[in-house]
Amino acid sequence: MQTIILNNKPRLVSCASIAGKKENDGNMSEFFDAIILDGRYGKKSWEEAESEMQKDAAFMVLHKTENKPEDISFIFGGDLLNQCMGTSFGITKLNIPFFGIYGACSTFCEGLILASMCVDGGYGKKVMCTSSSHFCSSERQFRFPLEYGGQRAPAAQWTVTAAGAALVSDSGGDISITAVTPGKVIDLGISDASNMGAAMAPAAIDTIKTHFKDRGLKNNYFDMVVTGDLGKFGYSIAKEKLKEEGVDLSNRFYDCGAMIYKEEQDAHAGGSGCGCCASVFSGYIFDMLKQGKIDRVLLVATGALMSTTSAYQGNSIPSVAHAVSIERVRK
Amino acid sequence: MTYLWAFLIGGAICSIGQILIDKTMLTPARILVMYVVLGVILGSFGVYEKLIDFAGAGATVPLTGFGNVLAKGVKEAVDKDGIVGIFTGGLTASSGGICAAILFGYLGALFARSKEK
Amino acid sequence: MNMSKKQYKKYVKTKVTKSPLFKNMIKAYITGGIICTAGQLLNDSYLYFGFAEEQAGTLTSITLVFLSAFLTSIGIYDKIAKHAGAGTLVPITGFANAVVSPAIEFKDEGYVLGVAANIFKIAGPVITYGVIASVVSGLIYYALG
Repeated sequence: MQTIILNNKPRLVSCASIAGKKENDGNMSEFFDAIILDGRYGKKSWEEAESEMQKDAAFMVLHKTENKPEDISFIFGGDLLNQCMGTSFGITKLNIPFFGIYGACSTFCEGLILASMCVDGGYGKKVMCTSSSHFCSSERQFRFPLEYGGQRAPAAQWTVTAAGAALVSDSGGDISITAVTPGKVIDLGISDASNMGAAMAPAAIDTIKTHFKDRGLKNNYFDMVVTGDLGKFGYSIAKEKLKEEGVDLSNRFYDCGAMIYKEEQDAHAGGSGCGCCASVFSGYIFDMLKQGKIDRVLLVATGALMSTTSAYQGNSIPSVAHAVSIERVRK
Repeated sequence: MTYLWAFLIGGAICSIGQILIDKTMLTPARILVMYVVLGVILGSFGVYEKLIDFAGAGATVPLTGFGNVLAKGVKEAVDKDGIVGIFTGGLTASSGGICAAILFGYLGALFARSKEK
Repeated sequence: MNMSKKQYKKYVKTKVTKSPLFKNMIKAYITGGIICTAGQLLNDSYLYFGFAEEQAGTLTSITLVFLSAFLTSIGIYDKIAKHAGAGTLVPITGFANAVVSPAIEFKDEGYVLGVAANIFKIAGPVITYGVIASVVSGLIYYALG
């Protein structure tokens, strides 16, 4: 079975998020823990600013849970930059054993899966996961210089400037990670880098379907099924195809990328990047869980696994989606 | 009158580029390469000069005009220097624009930083 | 999902909104037209001030490159280009923007490996193919002449 049931019910104790100016102008502003109004965050490069954000998100989680860095067994973190420099350069200051992970925009769920499995298996008492993305550092690595005069396609997505961190622990609170479904890499031949939502939708569909099937769940089991960053078009593809294949989620289905910006913010199909799912979950969704407005969430972060090299070499975009089931349990 | 033609022809050459952007998956760099090479081809047949005669800057300012400068330059250099001109003509004729781009690009980098969007 | 790659590509095409081609073409036409008209004005001014025809042409190019570099440096060129599309891409100002923007962007990596090494990252192919095409055309001209 692809889905792993976590019998010891590791707890998702706390989350923190930090986001940029454009995100603050969007729909989620009231849920972020902190906002950086200067994209460079007082640092000398965009990359260093991203590292700083991720470090701060991690420290905020420590602060919220009254933990010291030495209380944390290890940390799973990743971002979009080459060799995960956004993470490793920020995490240095924490002095916590570190696993760097790469799942493109699915990194946050990849981290949650690994962290909850570690805690469930008894290999760590408190495990943290972090991820981040920064519009400016991503643009210069994957697309064009910021001052370059280009036009974005309607299906193009806007890399979210944000970082999120979460702490998984063997006890504390009543919000638990109950099951996880690591996704398979799926490639349905989409090679248009300005339509990543369409490239990722098949992976999201496969993982969601598998999760429901493996656990034998009814379509209305979750209050929210939230994909990471499919964007407007990828979201509507996933919604329609899931319905066709028997998983009709109707108004329980959401997408972080489609939610984060307002229509007039000119983000085209919506947000993307590791920071998108990380900040929207750590901010908005976790807040709803904590307040008791919802009890069951399936978080499905999606990642487009292309590189600039693979794109230049004419390859299509392989994608992955990881699902994490987060539910309220009895204390 | 030249001004009207410059506007009409220049605009037309640009809006063809827009079709390429919206209708094909060509990257901007590929579109610019196509324009320059097309300019060299039309220039070496002497066709482009005729367009310049009535459209003026409407034909010289788009990148096809840059291609035409390369083609014209190589022709003149071959006439003057023979076989050596094949090598020197193109870059000599276009050196003003290229040098300006390098110089102002460098100066831009000295004084400006990339800005957040 | 029971779909072949071909079927999926076709299906995706039906789901995604297309760029408003006609509107974009009009915007490109107008901006491109204005830049060319400005070029004509510059050219005529240089002629008026007594420059020879060839020199006036070169000076026009240099001035347009300067203006584009300036607007790029202060962060305005990309804001115009977002609407103008090919209208700001195809004129020589677009070439200049393609040279200046990576020079500014890669400043963080230093003046040699950053600015200088990346300055032709986008516009390099234009010069490469332009020069190669000119050599081919020169070769043919030489052989026939």
